[in-house]
Amino acid sequence: MDPMNYIVLAAVLFTIGAVGVLVRRNAIIVFMCVELMLNACNLAFVAFARMHGGIEGQVIAFFVMVVAAAEVVVGLAIIMQIFRTRRSASVDDASLLKN
Amino acid sequence: MTPTLAADVHAVTTAADGGALSFAWLLIAFPLAGAAILLLGGRRANAWGHWLAIAAALASFAWAVLGLVDLLGRAPEGRSVAVEVYRWIEVGGFRADVSLLVDPLSITFALLITGVGSLIHVYSVGYMSHDENRRKFFAYLNLFVAAMLVLVLADNYLLLFLGWEGVGLASYLLIGFWQHKPSAAVAAKKAFLINRVGDIGLLIAIMLMFTTFGTVAFTPLFESVGGAGQGVMTAIGLLLLLGACGKSAQLPLQAWLLDAMEGPTPVSALIHAATMVTAGVYLIVRSGPVFEAAPTAQLVVTVVGAATLLAGAAIGCAKDDIKKALAGSTMSQIGYMVLAAGLGPIGYAAAIAHLVTHGFFKAGLFLGAGSVMHGMNDEVDMRRYGGLRKAMPITFATFGAGYLAIIGVPFLSGWWTKEGIIQAAFDSGGVTGQILGWATLLGAGLTAFYMSRIMFMTFFGKKRWADDAHPHESPSSMTVPMIVLAVGSVALGAVLVFNYTLAGFLAPVVGAPHHEFDLAHMVTSPYSLIALAFMLVGVAFAWVRYARADVPVEAPKGNFVTVAAREELYGNALNEGLFMRPGQVVTAASTAFDNHAVDGLVNGVARWIRTGSENLRLVQTGFARSYALTMLFGAAVVVATTLGVTFA
Repeated sequence: MDPMNYIVLAAVLFTIGAVGVLVRRNAIIVFMCVELMLNACNLAFVAFARMHGGIEGQVIAFFVMVVAAAEVVVGLAIIMQIFRTRRSASVDDASLLKN
Repeated sequence: MTPTLAADVHAVTTAADGGALSFAWLLIAFPLAGAAILLLGGRRANAWGHWLAIAAALASFAWAVLGLVDLLGRAPEGRSVAVEVYRWIEVGGFRADVSLLVDPLSITFALLITGVGSLIHVYSVGYMSHDENRRKFFAYLNLFVAAMLVLVLADNYLLLFLGWEGVGLASYLLIGFWQHKPSAAVAAKKAFLINRVGDIGLLIAIMLMFTTFGTVAFTPLFESVGGAGQGVMTAIGLLLLLGACGKSAQLPLQAWLLDAMEGPTPVSALIHAATMVTAGVYLIVRSGPVFEAAPTAQLVVTVVGAATLLAGAAIGCAKDDIKKALAGSTMSQIGYMVLAAGLGPIGYAAAIAHLVTHGFFKAGLFLGAGSVMHGMNDEVDMRRYGGLRKAMPITFATFGAGYLAIIGVPFLSGWWTKEGIIQAAFDSGGVTGQILGWATLLGAGLTAFYMSRIMFMTFFGKKRWADDAHPHESPSSMTVPMIVLAVGSVALGAVLVFNYTLAGFLAPVVGAPHHEFDLAHMVTSPYSLIALAFMLVGVAFAWVRYARADVPVEAPKGNFVTVAAREELYGNALNEGLFMRPGQVVTAASTAFDNHAVDGLVNGVARWIRTGSENLRLVQTGFARSYALTMLFGAAVVVATTLGVTFA
């Protein structure tokens, strides 16, 4: 199978994730979209590793997974706290730092 | 006239241990300590302060006499004695010592300063007896004496400058002594500012001498004047002259002296007649070798002297304020001295002799004027005097002695010394000598006129007193100094000039007298007779106008010459038009430039940054999604650029 297909799939997934981050207000959804973008990146790394016959892409994919896991822990905790204090999970409501 | 003269003239010996001269610094220390004690002692010193000040001045005078005796005990060539006190500044090749040069010239000045100074201290006890700040007055007088002694005893220009500024300070403090009068405060400021102009000249001259010769000490400097270029020497000479003009109230820096009469009269007598204003003459005579190497500067000196002697006399003829008339006379007499000093070695001794006798008779005249004012409720307008000779016989007699001396009645002090200057002017030769000589003769006639005018308006004629005036003779503390000065006015000239006593004494410093002393020639020379004739005409003219005719109490309008002379020949208007108004315009312009251009630039930058920040602040919306969009956009740009660079 042509590895180029995986690259195209990764681009499509990344675009979906990016659009999701931009258009959705719910913090959980935004969060999931970020995960989608990270995984699209992982797919691209693995596909590139396959195309170039190297191992570095795969290694980096593991690193991204670790970072993503850590991010999920911190991010979900923040969302929980915001939801508790403001009774809302909308990212637009959390705009205290404006101007 | 050659600069090489300086080398053998200024052979300086060092003070031998033990003599009075090795403690010459005591001369300065006495009055300085007096001033310090009086100023720091506060009110506790009120009761005895003035006696301490007199004691300090007298001690200084006594020490000067001891110094004179010591000098006279030495061979004439060995009479320049250097007294090292301590090393003041030493930086690299530059070295300035506080060391004194006691030689015939400086000891003559020291005697004049401390002698006349002591007399005026005594006089001030009576004159200032009703003033609650008398202690401060005496402290300033002592300070002045100390600074003036530093000036004349210094053996280098830097120390001389210290004394020069010191007397300027004392003069400022004393002119403005009655500072509650706005006119006195303004006069003090004016004197200080105009003096500052001259001081800048002296300061630049000192710097120029240091860069040219590498030293500011008199002896080595005068030995090396021959090696410098004509242009440099002329510049130094002219700058020294500027300094002298400021201190000695010579044209064009004369405007402060008449206003300086706002100070108490003893101050006018001591500082603005007898001593400080002659510092310029001292500077020129002391810097003789410098001027002799710069004939152009010498010519300018004589021209300044001649112009001032006539301008001062003209002002003296028109003023109704007795002190201002005397101040015009002071300007004029110092003009004589400056003229003589500019003639070179043939004039130095004449200048110094006239300086000393002038110190006596002018101080006596001022003290007489002060005595008159003291008896007339501080009235200074001569049109309000008249007929005072009966009310104040001692003042009349002493003032009269000074009057006869200054107008040059034969065989009185002024005659001896003024003849010397007239003779020196004609002896200098050439057309210049003729012009200068006739200027001095004309000055002699004018002197006789304005002094007779003062004399007749004050002591003769009808009483024109104000209703509440009760003229009375002054106390003996005032009359005794006047009597001593009157004796000096009568006799001192003969003592100094006969057989060239003073000129011979000064010879090691300023060069030997021009020719043998010849009394018969002095009396019968045509110039002497012309001077006598001019004097008689001046006196007669004044007699007709101010003794025989009635003097109106209100000043008549007068023709344009009188008006101009009353306005001090428009010197103030000139200063105002040339310097004050343009100065104000420049000040206003630079203030405006600072406020608008400099501040505008700084404030503009600040305002620009502020508005920029205000606008930039709006970018921070607080919406996470708009940040995300920005990031995405940025990332897209980075990717697009990378691709473009890679595939282009």
